[in-house]
Amino acid sequence: MKLIIKTVAKPGSTRANKTGAWRSFMPVFDHKLCSKCGICAMYCPEGIINKLENGFFEPDYEYCKGCGICANECPKKAIVMVLEGK
Amino acid sequence: MSLLKPGHRGCAGCCDALAGKFVLDALGENTIVVSPTGCLEVFTTPYPESAWGVPWIHSLFENAAAVASGVEVALKALGKKNDIKIVAIGGDGATLDIGLQAISGAFERGHNFTYICVDNEAYMNTGVQRSGGTPLYASTTTSPAGKVSFGNPQHKKNMPAIIAAHGSPYVATASVAYAPDMIRKVKKAADVKGPTYVHVHAPCCTGWRFEGSKTIEVGKLAVETAMWPLYEMENGVVTNVRKLKNRKPVEEYLKAQGRFKHLFTMQGGLEEIKKIQAIADWNVKHFGLE
Amino acid sequence: MRRRMVVVEGSYAVAHAVKVCKPHVISAYPITPQTHIVEDLSQFVADGDMNCEYMNVESEFSAISALIGASAAGARTYSSTTSQGLALMHEALFNASGMRLPIVMTVVNRALSAPINIWNDQQDSISQRDTGWIQLYAEDVQESADMLPQVYKLAEDEEILLPAMACMDGFILSHVYEPVILLEQSLTDEFLPPYSPEFTLDTKNPVSFGALADPSTYTEFRYKQEKAMGVALEKIEEIAKEFKDVYGRYYGGLIDEYALDDAEIVIMAMGSVIGTVKDTIDELRSEGEPVGLLKVRSFRPFPVDAIRSALKNAKIVITIDKNISIGKNEGALCTEVKACLYNTDLRIPVIGVMLGFGGRDIPMSTIKKVINKAKLVEKGIYVESEIADLREDMA
Repeated sequence: MKLIIKTVAKPGSTRANKTGAWRSFMPVFDHKLCSKCGICAMYCPEGIINKLENGFFEPDYEYCKGCGICANECPKKAIVMVLEGK
Repeated sequence: MSLLKPGHRGCAGCCDALAGKFVLDALGENTIVVSPTGCLEVFTTPYPESAWGVPWIHSLFENAAAVASGVEVALKALGKKNDIKIVAIGGDGATLDIGLQAISGAFERGHNFTYICVDNEAYMNTGVQRSGGTPLYASTTTSPAGKVSFGNPQHKKNMPAIIAAHGSPYVATASVAYAPDMIRKVKKAADVKGPTYVHVHAPCCTGWRFEGSKTIEVGKLAVETAMWPLYEMENGVVTNVRKLKNRKPVEEYLKAQGRFKHLFTMQGGLEEIKKIQAIADWNVKHFGLE
Repeated sequence: MRRRMVVVEGSYAVAHAVKVCKPHVISAYPITPQTHIVEDLSQFVADGDMNCEYMNVESEFSAISALIGASAAGARTYSSTTSQGLALMHEALFNASGMRLPIVMTVVNRALSAPINIWNDQQDSISQRDTGWIQLYAEDVQESADMLPQVYKLAEDEEILLPAMACMDGFILSHVYEPVILLEQSLTDEFLPPYSPEFTLDTKNPVSFGALADPSTYTEFRYKQEKAMGVALEKIEEIAKEFKDVYGRYYGGLIDEYALDDAEIVIMAMGSVIGTVKDTIDELRSEGEPVGLLKVRSFRPFPVDAIRSALKNAKIVITIDKNISIGKNEGALCTEVKACLYNTDLRIPVIGVMLGFGGRDIPMSTIKKVINKAKLVEKGIYVESEIADLREDMA
């Protein structure tokens, strides 16, 4: 690793750190119940719930920490938290 | 895609990460961010990584406003375009306590920048010690509830009023639980010329002791109980408030959090809650929330 | 070229030197005896003679903090302070150096409180020894002014990138009127290139300044600062010679010598006391005393090799310090000189004398007394280090 002397770090480079490994519970999105309101994406602290081409939303599980805000805030109860590895 | 990139080390359900994301959503890439020491600074920039997609600088705990003013003046002196937005994003400790003098100086000098306080009501980065932003009776690690204490004995410092007293053209309160409102206010603050201020209420799941999934829910309860009034001030005058239709009693907000749990179990606790209700009642009256 | 000398106050000569270095941003807080420098600069700006932004901030802490922001944004920056103000900056001094921001500051040396005292000694800048700032000490007004383009060039060198203090003694140099040559704009433009850093707070090329370094990287940042000081050690002499080529004046690089070649007793000192030491040497030399001077111009980086080689033939070394490490009964120069001789074959007694605290005058008679006392070393009478100008009626 080459040290940049000015304690300068490159933009957006935390992407190297895959925080999905932190997760205990995994949000599962049910598109049948989804109204495409986007509240899940808005309140994701990681900013990793992406809008698909068909207008539905899916999280990037490489980074999702499983906080569950999306499931708690979904007005249609279209997101459920499922224990990992079960 | 947010300009605050994932991979940062914020807790699951972090309010600071939400606040940072909303600020960048509001201001876009033509923005320079100054962060004092705090959670947001530490968890976004573990060298050699950075979560920031815009130019960003952290210097010290107590000098973000002075650093931001230096950046603003330098851009002017270097003849850079003046459409670059300069924003400092500090926690309640960096803003209400240790950085207050530098903030006062910068607002008095009238720099064209926005200071955003992300207020999670204690020093979360060091392990939930009380700050000037800690509300009455919150139990923190340095104002713990105990046999002879109901927790933090002081009232929360009224920082927006202090900033307004400096003659700031725009001061607003916001909450991470009301994202569109917060984004609108941050945008407006950056568009208004001169030193502007947005004070953002930010429920911290780790420090306030609630599940990370409830960050938005708790934030909404603060507003719905009038514990956190949402308002805008222009040139010292309140020009807009978020009205409350069916105001909830403060108990609903308090019982959602571990930091107030003792009030419901200690003898005399329920009596003390009346003092907290009085704060909410004062907010309603003072800001005309109903 | 015809050089016109003018009689001006030391502070004015320094302010004028700052002006020709063309900083983009100046940020300062008034404190005696620095005030005349910032007042003169404010007037230059008010008169439109200087195209720069002058920030009147609410404390020295914000003065240096604003410059950290301004320097990171790509500006050439300047401040001046002293004593309590420098102490208040302490935390930010480390920060500026760690982020490798080449901020330049004139330190008008003054004593520290308590008891409060506005007069000169060098406790203030010496106490900031380990903050990672280059520290040069000027002997007279002309050098105080001439030092500025030199330290800008040094600080902004892309292999160095460290902040720098140009130190001048309070009142003795800042408030004295002396004939000086004011630095010419044309020569300064020739000598000092514009500041063009590789990384700035640029929305076109966004980077993050001041990241958190954990145990896996922190050491390397310190190592790089030390390496940069090593580069400065080489370039201070080089830049002093370049300055001589352009302006025709030279004060030494890291060190300077006066009557040193055959000197058996060598006095080492920094700052304005050097003038008095030189006069004393002239007098003693006329009486046949083999006394010489080794002026230390650069305290950080500390010129270990240059000092070792300059002291090769010395029999006794006397260090003069206007500061004390309380609890060690030594000034910093004494400690450093002893340390740099230890791992050599040179076994020269180093006599530490501390003088001139809080503005106490250092007349030639005091220097002579110190020399006479040091000569007793040859008879085995030895006071390793002491405050040498105590009042007998109070001590």
